[in-house]
Amino acid sequence: MKCRVCRESAVIDIRRHNANFCADHFLRYCRDQVERTMKEFSMATPGDRVLVAVSGGKDSLALWDILLELGYEADGLYIGLGIGDYSDVSGNYVRDFTSSFVANRESEHANSLIEIGLRDSYDYDVPTAADVTGRAPCSACGLSKRHLFDRAAHDGGYDVLMTGHNLDDEAAVLYGNVMRWQVDYLARQRPMLPAENGFPKKAKPLVRLSERETAAYCVLRGIDYQVEECPMAAGNRHLEYKHALAASEEASPGMKQAFYFGYLREAADLFEQSAVRTPDDGPGLVPCESCGSPTSGDPNGQPRCAFCRLSQRAAGADPVPVELLKTKRR
Amino acid sequence: MLVHLRNPSRQITVDGPMSVVKLLKKLDLRRESVLVIRDGTLVPGDALLPDDAEVEVRPVISGG
Repeated sequence: MKCRVCRESAVIDIRRHNANFCADHFLRYCRDQVERTMKEFSMATPGDRVLVAVSGGKDSLALWDILLELGYEADGLYIGLGIGDYSDVSGNYVRDFTSSFVANRESEHANSLIEIGLRDSYDYDVPTAADVTGRAPCSACGLSKRHLFDRAAHDGGYDVLMTGHNLDDEAAVLYGNVMRWQVDYLARQRPMLPAENGFPKKAKPLVRLSERETAAYCVLRGIDYQVEECPMAAGNRHLEYKHALAASEEASPGMKQAFYFGYLREAADLFEQSAVRTPDDGPGLVPCESCGSPTSGDPNGQPRCAFCRLSQRAAGADPVPVELLKTKRR
Repeated sequence: MLVHLRNPSRQITVDGPMSVVKLLKKLDLRRESVLVIRDGTLVPGDALLPDDAEVEVRPVISGG
């Protein structure tokens, strides 16, 4: 197997592109794909201050590394979710990456890591919030992360918040949204959402890379990351969709990319137009009475955001260990 | 050869030599869903793994 560029021995094959690459040209391919995506969807321009949400997994660490390699000023944001040993180990991977790949880098910017611990700052963790509120753990986790990402990007004055969602993630979300015809979610499924209504600009520069490619990028760059699956994620719907799409991709390489980019090209505008608000839709977003973040309010019409409702219910409750929550959910 | 698997972490022994493609087929794994790593770098699908090889088969699908 030879590299498509230099004809030296290849270390990876990418079936959907019918291409093989050596290590150096694969790393360049990854950076080129990210640079192309950022330009195509107007995600950032040189000089922008970027906040990267990092989890300790392959995607977010690869993204942070690529952004720094491309010369962007990019700080990392890690949220300690309190999911037992899994969160402790994930946090260590983020800190090790920061000291090895960020702090030592020759750069005109002093890129750094911001850490927020749910337990330290808000007196709850994801397993406890899931138990107290009856939400699925992934739902409590996603709600907490989205709020804190938005808040940190807004308060820190960043131009854009970036996340490590890859092609497999986006194809799986699209698949789920189509299977259930969740048209409001479809209207917002874009690789870049501009800043509006008090929310920061958000971008997903890895949407042209599969998760096999982001994992390979980390291995070839010597980036250690959290390989183990989150103990709360086992059996979630997102994983089911990924396995369904993987079976199709194996039979027809390129199917996932055609599905996702075909949606963006052919249908995304139609769903977005159908979701445009009219004066008859009601008051829209108002500031949360507790934290000031934009919110559509609670079910009783009170101006309180979902994060504040969740954190106020979960704060102070007896911590629920991961294992106990898993046992309860069986 | 010694094969390290993940989720959960475990080790198995497989008779070699064997190509990466055949190893994954034997383990009933999709090539697009894993990386095969030996001595800190990636091993391509057509590589022949000797009987004394030690490899990691690392899943790449995550549910976050």
